[in-house]
Amino acid sequence: MKKWTRRAFIGAGVLAGGTLVIGIAIRPGNRSSKVAGLIASEGETVMNIWLKIAPDNTVTAIIPHAEMGQGVHTALAMMLADEMDADWSKVTFQEAPADKEYANFTLLKGFVAGNSTFPKFIDETIDGVFLTAVKTLNFQITGGSASVRFTGQQAMRIAGAAAKSMLMQAAADTWKVPTEELIAQNSIISHPSSKRSATFAELAPAAAKVTIPIQPKLKSPEEFNLMGTSQPRFDIPAKVTGEAKFGMDVQVPGMKYATIKAAPVFGSKVKSVDTKVSSSQPGVKKILNLGDSVAVIADGYWQAKTTLDSLPIEFEATENSGLNQDEIMDRYRKAMDADLADGNLDKHFKDGDATNALEQAATLVEAEYQLPFLAHATMEPMNCTAWVHDGKCEVWCGSQNPLGVKAAAAELLEIDIDMVTVHNQLLGGGFGRRSETDVMKQAILIAKEVDYPVKLIWSREEDTQHDVYREATISRMKAGLDQSGLPIAYTHQFIFKHHPPEAADIPYSIPNQLIQYSSPATFVPWGNWRSVDHSTHGFLTESFIDELAHAAKKDPFAYRKNLTKDNSRFQRVLDLVYEKSNWGSPLPPNWGRGIAIAQSFGSIVAEVAEVEVGIDGKVKVHRVVCAVDPGFAIHPDGFIAQMESGIIYGLAAAMTGEVTIENGAVVQSNFHNYPVTRMNEAPKIETHIINSGNPPGGAGEPSTPVIAPAVTNAIFDATGIRIRQLPISKNDLRASIRPTT
Amino acid sequence: MTSLTINGKEYGVDASADMPLLWVIREQCGLTGTKFGCGIAQCGACTVHIDGQPVRSCVTPAISAEGKNITTIEGIALDKNTLHIVQQAWIEEQTPQCGYCQSGQIMSAVALLNENPSPTDEEIDAAMSGNICRCGMYSRIKSAIHRASASLQTSNTL
Ligand code: FES
Ligand code: FES
Repeated sequence: MKKWTRRAFIGAGVLAGGTLVIGIAIRPGNRSSKVAGLIASEGETVMNIWLKIAPDNTVTAIIPHAEMGQGVHTALAMMLADEMDADWSKVTFQEAPADKEYANFTLLKGFVAGNSTFPKFIDETIDGVFLTAVKTLNFQITGGSASVRFTGQQAMRIAGAAAKSMLMQAAADTWKVPTEELIAQNSIISHPSSKRSATFAELAPAAAKVTIPIQPKLKSPEEFNLMGTSQPRFDIPAKVTGEAKFGMDVQVPGMKYATIKAAPVFGSKVKSVDTKVSSSQPGVKKILNLGDSVAVIADGYWQAKTTLDSLPIEFEATENSGLNQDEIMDRYRKAMDADLADGNLDKHFKDGDATNALEQAATLVEAEYQLPFLAHATMEPMNCTAWVHDGKCEVWCGSQNPLGVKAAAAELLEIDIDMVTVHNQLLGGGFGRRSETDVMKQAILIAKEVDYPVKLIWSREEDTQHDVYREATISRMKAGLDQSGLPIAYTHQFIFKHHPPEAADIPYSIPNQLIQYSSPATFVPWGNWRSVDHSTHGFLTESFIDELAHAAKKDPFAYRKNLTKDNSRFQRVLDLVYEKSNWGSPLPPNWGRGIAIAQSFGSIVAEVAEVEVGIDGKVKVHRVVCAVDPGFAIHPDGFIAQMESGIIYGLAAAMTGEVTIENGAVVQSNFHNYPVTRMNEAPKIETHIINSGNPPGGAGEPSTPVIAPAVTNAIFDATGIRIRQLPISKNDLRASIRPTT
Repeated sequence: MTSLTINGKEYGVDASADMPLLWVIREQCGLTGTKFGCGIAQCGACTVHIDGQPVRSCVTPAISAEGKNITTIEGIALDKNTLHIVQQAWIEEQTPQCGYCQSGQIMSAVALLNENPSPTDEEIDAAMSGNICRCGMYSRIKSAIHRASASLQTSNTL
């Protein structure tokens, strides 16, 4: 087998489909027929799998990520266009089909290896690691804050630069002049001394024949024209007119509607249901027993829903049918105790001898924290439209992982993956929930039973009760301080380690650390929840370091600063948030200020929250100041919006977010008992960006882990009450019970 | 057959007594700009106007709107090329993130500004807190309402 070479990875155009497209195969094994699908009209040249140039000189960026409102289509197109020196007013985009060519192995690495940067990534494509990994993993996920960090840096920019260099070469060859004398600007290449110029489109056919550069030169930040500016987002106009099409809005001729009720206890099965359709159920087409759920297909959602609600369905009892939240937490505690006693804990990190150092400490600080299960509650309830016909399967959905959907469909129906087409739509919120394929599989199983397309819509209740949840967790932390209040030992025992693996690391220089974890049995399905494990560890680490600062009678800002002396990026972010928040300035009575900082997905975020706790215990977050070093913000306005979004999302969870299990099933069902932050509860947020020149970090997730501890640390400042259990609403904060100082 | 007037156009629809307006608008009239979020009047994603008043279409029986003027997000622009002042403000503030809640937000904002052309922050909070945005774009929604309010003042004085 030929190797997957870097040259082939950068790629060039193809000849296919009767349309004249000049170039060479994308890679050995010739994928030309698939790539040909990208050609929308006569005469377009596909320069590589990431961009094409049309005869009217329009440059189209082909973007392998779903738009969930993070502005990814705009930001990635900007990265490509900037390197290419394309005329931004003539740049457009197209979402790439779910194909392996676009699979994002680096995303996986983003999750597994976290903060590390991968200068070797491109090298690895040469030895085929990329291809192999992609084959096994089938990843084209939008998540892990990966779009700009990996696709942008390693595909879009390189593709843009390679295309420009090929166009320059074509011009140089045609005009017989050295490339150094050429200028590329606004989609035109010119040779000033001979006053010759040609558009990208005019040069494209010749350029596609040019040898692809192995190391196209990327711009340095001083040369950026588009990167670092806030161009109006492509996706916005359609979102104010109602024209934007989400998965929920798909309309396929002949389509019917379905809704579903899964066994309330995870893992339980349907015991009995009458699937006969009666005449008293107008508009109902079919009632299906899917084993672990019951679905109704009807002319409309309402008929399906009311029929489903009226059906007597019996579910089988399981060993978990009587289980309640307190017992689950109790089991977790017992598992941790047992693992500790038996020496069965898994090691996360060890440095020095923490156990011994704890004994030497002048002061011992100990705390146990508890966090709840959390649902995603995307604004758009889960849905998927599927049509199984003629040995083929078509799926319409908004997915963070269209390739995963494709693979799941092929497996479920036992058909070739090429017989599956995924039409990805806009996502009404992803937050990790839409990287799963459970809903799509249900829709396919339902559609398989009929010969027309079916749109499966989950009720909000189903969405809340059959999510994949952020893990509930228990965490035990200990630290020893020396005479001066500095930590000399740190131990942490937590449960469940998912992604990214470094989430439980602490950024503070503490000698003698022992970080361990247990993985107790659980039956509640787990899923990636915005920022994944950082959502728990951000709270744990930043609450506990605050406890240490107070135990040492030190200012929490100064304490953090002192313990991150070796990390210049942390120092700058801390200084900025200090200055912008007027840290230390007086606040009204019953107000408090709290600080927290965390690094996740390559970005460092510090937040200072200003909080008022009424004498009735009611918490109001007035203001959040956010300082962030994302390396470089490609689209600053979009970046700021993402920071705000992550803060409000994390705040909702911190204040009231809690999924509880009773009799094996989720209690909460809709926004009345799973409340989220509303406008009147939203703080004023001020975001300040440091472009440090480090590789771009994530935007969609890194502000989330920091907000909960910033707020609870502020509550401590206001009341002297330390919140060790989330959500905040579970804690009694009335003035009458506050400690007197 | 029930006849509904939506955005000035007549639609013959087939709605049972309890069928919410939301599903009729989306599935029978094909106007998918109005969104389903909760189904129990908690989130505001389904907001439409009936005779100018904002209502949650997920809990409003379709037949109750017979003979009235229903306006959805598709019906507020003056014409194809001229967006409503509120829609324009939304674009200028780059307000939507995922966008799913935004039809409902805009319909609530239009209703608010019709009643009160220059609302204060508190009045905006009061009028808009029934509309959830899981992307947390509240500050942009608020700025966009202030911006729309300001353009209303100038366009009125012209
Ligand atoms: S869908 Fe009507 S208020 Fe939520
Ligand atoms: S923009 Fe996504 S829910 Fe409001």
